Amino acid sequence: MEITVQEFKHCDMITVKGRVDSSTAPQLAQALEAANDGGRYKLVVNMSDLEYMSSAGFRALLAAQRNSKRYNRGEVVLASVPERIREALELAGFTELFKTFDDPLQAVGHF
Amino acid sequence: MKNVQFAARFEFLDEIREFVGEIARAGGFGDKDIYNIQLATDEAASNIIEHAYENQPDGILDLSCGMQGDSIKIILIDRGESFDPSVIPIPDLKADLSNRKIGGLGIFLMRKLMDEVQYEARPDKSNVLTMIKHKR
Repeated sequence: MEITVQEFKHCDMITVKGRVDSSTAPQLAQALEAANDGGRYKLVVNMSDLEYMSSAGFRALLAAQRNSKRYNRGEVVLASVPERIREALELAGFTELFKTFDDPLQAVGHF
Repeated sequence: MKNVQFAARFEFLDEIREFVGEIARAGGFGDKDIYNIQLATDEAASNIIEHAYENQPDGILDLSCGMQGDSIKIILIDRGESFDPSVIPIPDLKADLSNRKIGGLGIFLMRKLMDEVQYEARPDKSNVLTMIKHKR
Protein backbone atom coordinates (compact mmCIF):
# COMPACT_ATOMS: atom_id res chain seq x y z
CA MET A 1 0.00 0.00 0.00
CA GLU A 2 1.15 3.50 -0.82
CA ILE A 3 -0.27 6.80 0.39
CA THR A 4 0.29 10.26 -1.06
CA VAL A 5 -1.17 13.50 0.28
CA GLN A 6 -1.86 16.47 -1.94
CA GLU A 7 -2.97 19.78 -0.48
CA PHE A 8 -5.57 21.82 -2.27
CA LYS A 9 -6.86 25.23 -1.22
CA HIS A 10 -10.02 23.93 0.42
CA CYS A 11 -9.19 20.29 1.10
CA ASP A 12 -6.53 17.59 1.13
CA MET A 13 -6.55 14.64 -1.23
CA ILE A 14 -5.27 11.40 0.23
CA THR A 15 -4.54 8.89 -2.51
CA VAL A 16 -4.39 5.26 -1.42
CA LYS A 17 -2.88 2.72 -3.78
CA GLY A 18 -2.59 -1.04 -3.51
CA ARG A 19 -4.18 -3.10 -0.77
CA VAL A 20 -5.52 -2.06 2.62
CA ASP A 21 -5.88 -4.89 5.15
CA SER A 22 -5.20 -5.35 8.87
CA SER A 23 -1.49 -5.13 8.12
CA THR A 24 -1.58 -1.83 6.21
CA ALA A 25 -4.70 -0.11 7.60
CA PRO A 26 -2.75 1.47 10.50
CA GLN A 27 -0.77 3.48 7.92
CA LEU A 28 -3.99 4.75 6.37
CA ALA A 29 -5.35 5.60 9.81
CA GLN A 30 -2.14 7.45 10.56
CA ALA A 31 -2.29 9.51 7.35
CA LEU A 32 -5.89 10.50 8.07
CA GLU A 33 -5.06 11.37 11.67
CA ALA A 34 -2.04 13.39 10.57
CA ALA A 35 -4.29 15.48 8.30
CA ASN A 36 -6.75 16.05 11.15
CA ASP A 37 -3.92 16.89 13.54
CA GLY A 38 -2.72 19.46 11.03
CA GLY A 39 -6.11 21.13 11.11
CA ARG A 40 -7.27 19.59 7.81
CA TYR A 41 -10.78 18.20 8.13
CA LYS A 42 -11.99 18.34 4.52
CA LEU A 43 -10.54 15.21 3.03
CA VAL A 44 -10.90 13.41 -0.29
CA VAL A 45 -9.82 9.78 -0.20
CA ASN A 46 -8.87 8.96 -3.79
CA MET A 47 -9.31 5.22 -4.40
CA SER A 48 -8.72 5.10 -8.15
CA ASP A 49 -5.67 2.82 -7.77
CA LEU A 50 -6.92 0.90 -4.75
CA GLU A 51 -7.11 -2.84 -5.38
CA TYR A 52 -8.48 -4.12 -2.11
CA MET A 53 -9.85 -2.98 1.23
CA SER A 54 -10.97 -5.09 4.18
CA SER A 55 -13.03 -3.96 7.17
CA ALA A 56 -9.77 -2.84 8.81
CA GLY A 57 -9.70 -0.08 6.19
CA PHE A 58 -13.38 0.68 6.74
CA ARG A 59 -12.59 1.15 10.42
CA ALA A 60 -9.89 3.74 9.62
CA LEU A 61 -12.30 5.62 7.35
CA LEU A 62 -15.02 5.59 10.00
CA ALA A 63 -12.72 7.01 12.68
CA ALA A 64 -11.59 9.77 10.32
CA GLN A 65 -15.15 10.61 9.33
CA ARG A 66 -16.17 10.93 12.98
CA ASN A 67 -13.27 13.19 13.81
CA SER A 68 -13.58 15.30 10.67
CA LYS A 69 -17.32 15.91 10.98
CA ARG A 70 -17.10 16.96 14.63
CA TYR A 71 -18.17 20.62 15.12
CA ASN A 72 -19.17 20.65 11.44
CA ARG A 73 -15.59 21.41 10.56
CA GLY A 74 -15.39 19.10 7.58
CA GLU A 75 -15.96 15.63 6.23
CA VAL A 76 -14.30 12.72 4.48
CA VAL A 77 -15.53 11.99 0.96
CA LEU A 78 -14.56 9.07 -1.28
CA ALA A 79 -13.55 9.34 -4.92
CA SER A 80 -13.26 6.74 -7.72
CA VAL A 81 -14.26 3.82 -5.52
CA PRO A 82 -13.57 0.58 -7.46
CA GLU A 83 -16.62 -1.62 -7.98
CA ARG A 84 -15.62 -4.49 -5.67
CA ILE A 85 -14.74 -2.12 -2.85
CA ARG A 86 -17.97 -0.20 -3.37
CA GLU A 87 -19.93 -3.45 -3.09
CA ALA A 88 -18.21 -4.34 0.19
CA LEU A 89 -18.78 -0.83 1.56
CA GLU A 90 -22.45 -1.12 0.61
CA LEU A 91 -22.74 -4.50 2.27
CA ALA A 92 -21.27 -2.97 5.43
CA GLY A 93 -23.74 -0.08 5.22
CA PHE A 94 -20.91 2.42 4.83
CA THR A 95 -22.05 4.10 1.62
CA GLU A 96 -24.59 6.10 3.62
CA LEU A 97 -21.84 7.53 5.82
CA PHE A 98 -19.69 8.90 2.97
CA LYS A 99 -20.42 11.03 -0.06
CA THR A 100 -18.85 9.40 -3.10
CA PHE A 101 -17.70 10.98 -6.34
CA ASP A 102 -16.81 9.30 -9.63
CA ASP A 103 -13.90 11.65 -10.20
CA PRO A 104 -11.29 12.90 -7.69
CA LEU A 105 -11.35 16.48 -9.01
CA GLN A 106 -15.12 16.54 -8.80
CA ALA A 107 -14.67 15.56 -5.13
CA VAL A 108 -12.14 18.36 -4.61
CA GLY A 109 -14.63 20.78 -6.19
CA HIS A 110 -17.25 19.71 -3.64
CA PHE A 111 -15.38 21.64 -0.93
CA MET B 1 -7.74 -29.90 -0.22
CA LYS B 2 -4.49 -27.99 -0.17
CA ASN B 3 -3.05 -27.18 3.24
CA VAL B 4 -0.72 -24.41 4.29
CA GLN B 5 0.41 -23.17 7.66
CA PHE B 6 1.00 -19.52 8.54
CA ALA B 7 2.38 -17.71 11.55
CA ALA B 8 -0.65 -15.81 12.85
CA ARG B 9 0.52 -12.36 11.87
CA PHE B 10 -1.13 -9.69 9.74
CA GLU B 11 1.86 -9.53 7.37
CA PHE B 12 0.80 -12.89 5.92
CA LEU B 13 -2.72 -11.78 4.95
CA ASP B 14 -1.51 -11.08 1.39
CA GLU B 15 -0.32 -14.68 1.02
CA ILE B 16 -3.48 -16.02 2.64
CA ARG B 17 -5.64 -14.13 0.12
CA GLU B 18 -3.45 -15.32 -2.77
CA PHE B 19 -3.68 -18.94 -1.63
CA VAL B 20 -7.49 -19.04 -1.65
CA GLY B 21 -7.68 -16.76 -4.70
CA GLU B 22 -5.65 -19.12 -6.85
CA ILE B 23 -7.75 -22.13 -5.89
CA ALA B 24 -10.96 -20.18 -6.54
CA ARG B 25 -9.68 -19.03 -9.95
CA ALA B 26 -8.56 -22.55 -10.93
CA GLY B 27 -11.97 -23.78 -9.75
CA GLY B 28 -13.71 -21.48 -12.22
CA PHE B 29 -15.00 -18.68 -10.00
CA GLY B 30 -15.34 -15.24 -11.59
CA ASP B 31 -13.54 -12.07 -10.50
CA LYS B 32 -16.31 -10.82 -8.22
CA ASP B 33 -16.60 -14.13 -6.37
CA ILE B 34 -12.82 -14.44 -6.09
CA TYR B 35 -12.60 -10.99 -4.52
CA ASN B 36 -15.36 -11.85 -2.06
CA ILE B 37 -13.83 -15.24 -1.17
CA GLN B 38 -10.52 -13.48 -0.50
CA LEU B 39 -12.24 -10.79 1.57
CA ALA B 40 -14.14 -13.35 3.69
CA THR B 41 -10.95 -15.34 4.28
CA ASP B 42 -9.03 -12.18 5.19
CA GLU B 43 -11.73 -11.18 7.68
CA ALA B 44 -11.69 -14.67 9.21
CA ALA B 45 -7.89 -14.76 9.48
CA SER B 46 -7.75 -11.18 10.81
CA ASN B 47 -10.23 -12.06 13.54
CA ILE B 48 -8.17 -15.09 14.54
CA ILE B 49 -4.93 -13.09 14.65
CA GLU B 50 -6.52 -10.15 16.48
CA HIS B 51 -8.76 -11.99 18.93
CA ALA B 52 -8.01 -15.73 19.22
CA TYR B 53 -4.28 -15.06 19.39
CA GLU B 54 -4.52 -11.68 21.09
CA ASN B 55 -2.01 -12.64 23.77
CA GLN B 56 -0.05 -15.22 21.80
CA PRO B 57 2.49 -13.77 19.40
CA ASP B 58 3.61 -17.21 18.21
CA GLY B 59 0.18 -18.50 17.18
CA ILE B 60 -0.23 -20.76 14.18
CA LEU B 61 -2.99 -20.58 11.61
CA ASP B 62 -3.74 -23.70 9.57
CA LEU B 63 -5.49 -22.99 6.31
CA SER B 64 -7.02 -25.62 4.05
CA CYS B 65 -8.79 -24.86 0.82
CA GLY B 66 -10.14 -26.86 -2.09
CA MET B 67 -12.95 -27.31 -4.57
CA GLN B 68 -15.69 -29.80 -3.81
CA GLY B 69 -17.80 -30.10 -6.92
CA ASP B 70 -19.07 -26.63 -7.70
CA SER B 71 -18.15 -25.23 -4.28
CA ILE B 72 -15.05 -23.91 -2.64
CA LYS B 73 -14.39 -24.96 0.92
CA ILE B 74 -12.07 -23.03 3.22
CA ILE B 75 -11.09 -24.25 6.67
CA LEU B 76 -9.16 -22.13 9.17
CA ILE B 77 -7.88 -23.78 12.35
CA ASP B 78 -6.36 -21.98 15.33
CA ARG B 79 -5.43 -22.98 18.85
CA GLY B 80 -6.11 -19.68 20.51
CA GLU B 81 -9.02 -18.37 22.57
CA SER B 82 -12.34 -19.70 21.35
CA PHE B 83 -15.44 -17.59 21.07
CA ASP B 84 -19.10 -18.03 20.40
CA PRO B 85 -19.94 -16.27 17.14
CA SER B 86 -23.64 -16.33 17.97
CA VAL B 87 -23.07 -13.84 20.79
CA ILE B 88 -21.39 -11.34 18.47
CA PRO B 89 -24.08 -8.76 17.82
CA ILE B 90 -25.11 -8.11 14.24
CA PRO B 91 -23.88 -4.60 13.45
CA ASP B 92 -26.58 -1.95 13.16
CA LEU B 93 -26.06 -0.86 9.56
CA LYS B 94 -28.63 1.91 9.94
CA ALA B 95 -26.94 3.55 12.93
CA ASP B 96 -25.76 7.09 12.31
CA LEU B 97 -22.12 8.05 12.32
CA SER B 98 -21.77 8.63 16.04
CA ASN B 99 -23.42 5.35 16.97
CA ARG B 100 -21.82 3.18 14.34
CA LYS B 101 -19.82 0.32 15.78
CA ILE B 102 -17.18 -1.52 13.86
CA GLY B 103 -17.03 -4.64 16.03
CA GLY B 104 -18.60 -7.68 14.45
CA LEU B 105 -18.29 -6.28 10.95
CA GLY B 106 -15.79 -8.94 9.88
CA ILE B 107 -18.09 -11.79 10.88
CA PHE B 108 -21.03 -10.01 9.30
CA LEU B 109 -19.14 -9.72 5.99
CA MET B 110 -18.06 -13.38 6.14
CA ARG B 111 -21.67 -14.48 6.52
CA LYS B 112 -22.86 -12.20 3.73
CA LEU B 113 -20.10 -13.12 1.29
CA MET B 114 -20.10 -16.90 1.81
CA ASP B 115 -22.97 -19.37 1.55
CA GLU B 116 -22.08 -21.29 4.71
CA VAL B 117 -20.04 -20.29 7.76
CA GLN B 118 -19.59 -22.75 10.61
CA TYR B 119 -17.54 -22.36 13.74
CA GLU B 120 -16.63 -25.14 16.12
CA ALA B 121 -14.60 -24.96 19.35
CA ARG B 122 -13.29 -28.54 19.68
CA PRO B 123 -12.47 -30.35 22.92
CA ASP B 124 -8.80 -30.62 21.83
CA LYS B 125 -8.63 -26.79 22.17
CA SER B 126 -8.63 -26.15 18.45
CA ASN B 127 -11.12 -23.80 16.84
CA VAL B 128 -12.32 -24.72 13.38
CA LEU B 129 -13.94 -22.22 11.06
CA THR B 130 -15.40 -23.66 7.85
CA MET B 131 -16.67 -21.49 5.01
CA ILE B 132 -18.26 -22.65 1.76
CA LYS B 133 -19.25 -20.75 -1.36
CA HIS B 134 -21.12 -22.23 -4.30
CA LYS B 135 -20.58 -21.28 -7.89
CA ARG B 136 -23.60 -19.60 -9.39
